[in-house]
Amino acid sequence: MSLFWIPLLPMIGTLVPLLSERWGRSICALCTAIAPAIALTMVLAYMPSVLAGQPIQQSIEWIPLIGLELSFHLDGLGLLFSLLILGIGLLIILYARYYLSDQDSMGRFYAYLILFMAAMLGIVLSNNLIQLWAYWELTSISSFLLIGFWSHSSNARKGARMALTVTGAGGLALLAGLLMIGNIVGSYDLHTVLNSGDLIRENPLYPVILVLVLLGAFTKSAQFPFHFWLPHAMAAPTPVSAYLHSATMVKAGIFLLARFYPILAGTEQWFLMVSLTGLATLLLGAYIALFKHDLKGLLAYSTISHLGLITLLLGMDSRLAAVAAIFHVVNHAIFKASLFMAAGIIDHESGSRDMRKLNGLWKYMPYTATLAMVAAASMAGVPLFNGFLSKEMFFTETLDQSALGSLSWMIPVLATIGAMFAVAYSIRFIHDVFFNGEPINLPRTPHEPPRYMKVPVEILVGLCLLVGIFPQFMMGDLLTSASSAVLGGAVPTYSLSIWHGFNLPFVMSLIAMGGGLLIYHNRRSLFRFQAQFPETDAKLVFDDTIKLVIEKAAHFNGWLENGSLQRYMFWMMFMVLALITVPIMNLNTTEGIRPETPLNNVMSAGAALLCICALATVIWHRKRVIALLMLSVVGLIVSISFAIFSAPDLALTQLLVEVATIILLLLALFLLPQRTPKESSPSRIMRDLSISAVIGGVVGTISYAIMTKPLVSISDFFLDNSKTGGGGTNVVNVILVDFRGFDTMGEITVLGIAALGIYKLLAQMHIAMPTSDIDGRSWARDKHPMMLEVISQGLLPLALLVSAFIFLRGHNLPGGGFIAGLITSLALIQQYVAHGVNWMKVRLKVDYQWLIGSGLFIALATGAGSWLFDRPFLTSWFDYFTLPIIGKFELASALLFDLGVYLTVIGATLLILANLGKITTGERPKQTEYE
Amino acid sequence: MMQHLVVLPILAPMLMAVMMLLPPLQNTIYRQRIASFFTMLVMLGIAILLIITSSEQTQVYALGGWQPPFGIVLVADRLASMMVLLTTVLGCGALLYASAGDDNLGMYFHPLFLFQLMGINGAFLTGDIFNLFVFFEILLIASYALLIHGGGKQKTLASVHYVSLNLVGSSFFLFALGILYGTLGTLNIADMADAASRLEAQEAVLAKTGVLLLLLVFGLKAALLPLHFWLTKTYSSASAPVAALFAIMTKVGIYSIFRIHGVVFGEEAGLLANTALPWIWPMAILTLIIGTIGLIGSSSLKVLTANLVLISVGTLLLAMVIPGGIGLGAALYYMLHTTLVSGALFLLADMIGKQRGKAADRFVPARPIQQPGLLGTLFFLAALAVIGMPPMSGFVGKVMILQAANGTSGMIWIWSVILISSLAAIIALSRAGTNLFWNLCGDKSDELASSQLQIIAVVLLLACSPLLVIFGAQVTEFTDTAARQMLHDYPTIKAMMNAGITQ
Repeated sequence: MSLFWIPLLPMIGTLVPLLSERWGRSICALCTAIAPAIALTMVLAYMPSVLAGQPIQQSIEWIPLIGLELSFHLDGLGLLFSLLILGIGLLIILYARYYLSDQDSMGRFYAYLILFMAAMLGIVLSNNLIQLWAYWELTSISSFLLIGFWSHSSNARKGARMALTVTGAGGLALLAGLLMIGNIVGSYDLHTVLNSGDLIRENPLYPVILVLVLLGAFTKSAQFPFHFWLPHAMAAPTPVSAYLHSATMVKAGIFLLARFYPILAGTEQWFLMVSLTGLATLLLGAYIALFKHDLKGLLAYSTISHLGLITLLLGMDSRLAAVAAIFHVVNHAIFKASLFMAAGIIDHESGSRDMRKLNGLWKYMPYTATLAMVAAASMAGVPLFNGFLSKEMFFTETLDQSALGSLSWMIPVLATIGAMFAVAYSIRFIHDVFFNGEPINLPRTPHEPPRYMKVPVEILVGLCLLVGIFPQFMMGDLLTSASSAVLGGAVPTYSLSIWHGFNLPFVMSLIAMGGGLLIYHNRRSLFRFQAQFPETDAKLVFDDTIKLVIEKAAHFNGWLENGSLQRYMFWMMFMVLALITVPIMNLNTTEGIRPETPLNNVMSAGAALLCICALATVIWHRKRVIALLMLSVVGLIVSISFAIFSAPDLALTQLLVEVATIILLLLALFLLPQRTPKESSPSRIMRDLSISAVIGGVVGTISYAIMTKPLVSISDFFLDNSKTGGGGTNVVNVILVDFRGFDTMGEITVLGIAALGIYKLLAQMHIAMPTSDIDGRSWARDKHPMMLEVISQGLLPLALLVSAFIFLRGHNLPGGGFIAGLITSLALIQQYVAHGVNWMKVRLKVDYQWLIGSGLFIALATGAGSWLFDRPFLTSWFDYFTLPIIGKFELASALLFDLGVYLTVIGATLLILANLGKITTGERPKQTEYE
Repeated sequence: MMQHLVVLPILAPMLMAVMMLLPPLQNTIYRQRIASFFTMLVMLGIAILLIITSSEQTQVYALGGWQPPFGIVLVADRLASMMVLLTTVLGCGALLYASAGDDNLGMYFHPLFLFQLMGINGAFLTGDIFNLFVFFEILLIASYALLIHGGGKQKTLASVHYVSLNLVGSSFFLFALGILYGTLGTLNIADMADAASRLEAQEAVLAKTGVLLLLLVFGLKAALLPLHFWLTKTYSSASAPVAALFAIMTKVGIYSIFRIHGVVFGEEAGLLANTALPWIWPMAILTLIIGTIGLIGSSSLKVLTANLVLISVGTLLLAMVIPGGIGLGAALYYMLHTTLVSGALFLLADMIGKQRGKAADRFVPARPIQQPGLLGTLFFLAALAVIGMPPMSGFVGKVMILQAANGTSGMIWIWSVILISSLAAIIALSRAGTNLFWNLCGDKSDELASSQLQIIAVVLLLACSPLLVIFGAQVTEFTDTAARQMLHDYPTIKAMMNAGITQ
């Protein structure tokens, strides 16, 4: 059998309760227990060889690039923790069977529990740092689900979120720490890492790593000042608390400290940070525990305190202290689990956990009371119980400290004070609940729990006694083996026996017990003293902090993204300026060596007009028709300048596009509100004006610099190969349909999509038509003047002829599909304008969508046609033929492609313009009803 | 057909989109759905074949048989093929989801969707910068039209911003191309790299403005700060399948920055070497920070997811600027992860919102939903993935990026912003989850349960996340090789010329 199965079985077992839930609660619990039980058996089977000093290890490569291996090993430390996790886990399964009510989904509960168990096992068995971290996070996640199990309660939700946030933050710190360790060592393999202690401790980054790893451990183990999440995790069902806060979740942090003891411990920083944190936690937890009226609250703070104790032990500069720490891990797990279970029984059978109401339960549940008393005695450190042994070891070690220099005497004193409070709260747990008069206003009459609910407590309490009385027999080998794993080799000699003689530690124990009794006796005055402090609920503080952060963040978002397009545009323009002005300052001269084209009057006049009209467009932008007229002048001059610079194709296209655009804009403006409000304040106008001016200046400079410098480019190739390679003398057209036909295909696709998009938009819009113009005049009654009708009708065939001519000659002379398409469209638009939609509807039965589709299809098919000849897409073909009468003529595949362009342009232009126009009539574009 | 494989991811969706404008597919939603599914399956096959062939050798396809640098080339190296596959998988998910009924809320959904895929694939495959512009236009114009799908005030408002900003962006794109052509004299990307290394000082200054303007254009597309303003509103108001598909849109910008600013004007670009790097650094960090603040302050799941997209943008670009390009392999892995998971999360947000009725996806108490177990589990898994927690893919991606940054000069910055944003994600998503699924009032809502098709769509996308972990060795190896190939082995213009001649 492979070691992999130990963590893997519970992982698979997560599904078991979900599937077996339907067969009833007992069967569900039984089935759930199978996987952990097998895993436990396997661990036990490996036990002899591990105890004999032969750890077991297995790994499979997983993601080598990040150093992640699926790698497990079972050494003494892992063995000890696995036994705790699986053993107590099984007891919890049994206990929860009786604890959960019918309303709780048992399958879900068990699934979360088993998931958590699997994650914990993964942590303690991991032999790879990244894998260890993955399991670490998995415990945070599954504990979130467990704590939030009663999700209807606000406390559960908040407690779960708090636990996840704190441990999640610690997890991220841990990840950082582990990655740094991996980087230093050059491997994420735990074995290699553990053998590189000196390498890590000598690295300058060691303090950073230490802090990061400690953050991970301390958040998980609820060490001061991160302890606050733990008491609120008590919102979980009690079996969860019993599991998470005794044997598992919080012990993960301790495990981490123990695991990395060989590489991180042994330095001044470690001792100071770990021991002081532990000491503070120990005292704080013990003190607060006394004042908690909630049973589980008391146990929660006692847990914090005991975790502090273990941490303190690990932080002491002594190897024996580490052994004591491991021993206390076990002892604490045993007595704390049983106490939580007892508290759960009390809660379950009496309906309350408030110690001010719970009194005198001895009468009602003597058996449970006895069990609880034994466990509490162990918690208090009474001789003959397991808690006493590790506490004695702890006292012994505190006496041996020098980490605080001349102040080191404080450690044993403070330890004793902590122990006093531990005794006091243990007494309170017993005395307040089981004696101290009669119960007050309990919702139920308390009684003993079902038989099997007590079994897990009995087993644990039995262990308390057995370990307490026969420590060497019960724990000896296991402890030695685990300690040797922590210490990385030899274990110092120590004796596990009940009696070490009448020595100082024993005196400390006696003082603690006497002191504890005294504190408990005077508890009322202490309570009064404590009542003077305003009670702060960590949950509220935490929640308010988070709420404040969220509020601030939301406020900031609202401020930054205020929904103003002007602001977004401003930032874009700002970025443009920032990006291009910095380099352009390094440009020494814009003057190139190209001779300047001489300036003549016509050109200067045109340029001046261009500038004036552009400015006028902006100035009169609120008077839309005028602005539009000005804009059209700009377009016209651009067309003319194309013509002047020998680009007749461009000039023609620009001219036609201008016409189409102006019609489009007129139609659009007709539907938009007639008045534009003044939107910009004077200062805003100044800002925008400055930005525009600077951008204009920079762009002008760049353009000038580029135009005046000579350029070696690929353009010459096109000039040379147009006729020979593309079969046309109009280079522009050959570029469009051949050299870069793929671009053209893309561009007509864009045109087609644009048309579809606009139609889609129009079809779902409901725009009210203005009934009159801006000055309140109604529209002309004669919508289609006779003159226009007659002239445009006559022009149509002519225009079509011209477009056919332009189309056919395109390959060799200015023209082509695009221009021809625009001419045809405009001729048809003119008919729409002159005759109206209804007149056109009867006569022109062409679906523009089909035109687009077929145009694109023809272009595509032409391109793909070259595949038949085993050539790449869009490879052109041309040849010359001679026919009688017509003479020599050329046939080219490019012509077919151009036909596609032609059709698409017509389809797209008309789909847009005709439908925009239709909005003004009764023939509004409608959503096509789909079947 | 195999020699034409490279052009098929562009032509296949285009062909079907065009057919949908014509009878017999025109105006019948059922036939269009079937046709779309069929196309997606074909595209999936093509993408997989492309991955296989391009892994052996980078494929160069000279359109029209014109020899580069004069004609347009398509180049399918590992990276481009990977992006095509990613797009296709995401597209499959979005399409499945849409076919549950969202596609019938407006016209032309299917053709526009396919046109959109055509544009995205084209942008990934092209080896020509003007052709890149054309494909940008195709994907943009299709996205404008898809954004308004379903109608409504929010969508119209979002699209006004989106369209306006992008139109200005497109103008600057053209201007930048003008500058670059005016200085480098070529449009072929490999040839540009070649020409850039030979530029003289004064010309280099001019070219630099072009290069940086391109950063503006791609940054706008990628939603890099302060050009990100369009993103939140656009993504959160688009209909679910569209938002899911848009998850790849920012990646087109990032991809272009990787290619153009990381490689063409990267280390070996002579005087233009690493022109954009000093700008990308702070912009990426700011993006991450603003995304994180946005994430914390989100009031609904869709806005939250949009902010997650923002965070992923920052993360990806931070990974890119790690010196020596050692973070690129990690970035590519993270790109796969984040695209699919964000897509799934957009779909999930819609399902949850619809089932919650009036409360929609806002974080307020509401009535219990119809399918709490199913949607809760899916949300939980998606949340784990985006936070970067095991066992989902986010953690591998994050670990890779952190490892790459380990020991470099920018480590402190990269580590702290990425880790803090992860913590913010934990806080935000645990708040989201507890509010959406646990904070309930009243009886079960009477909204309809999500359809099978929608669930399959989300599961499909989400399942990729654990698969990326399970097959982590293969995937990381692929992305790593792809990154190195992109940095060092993009076919030179000489190699391309040979390819052009042989055809």
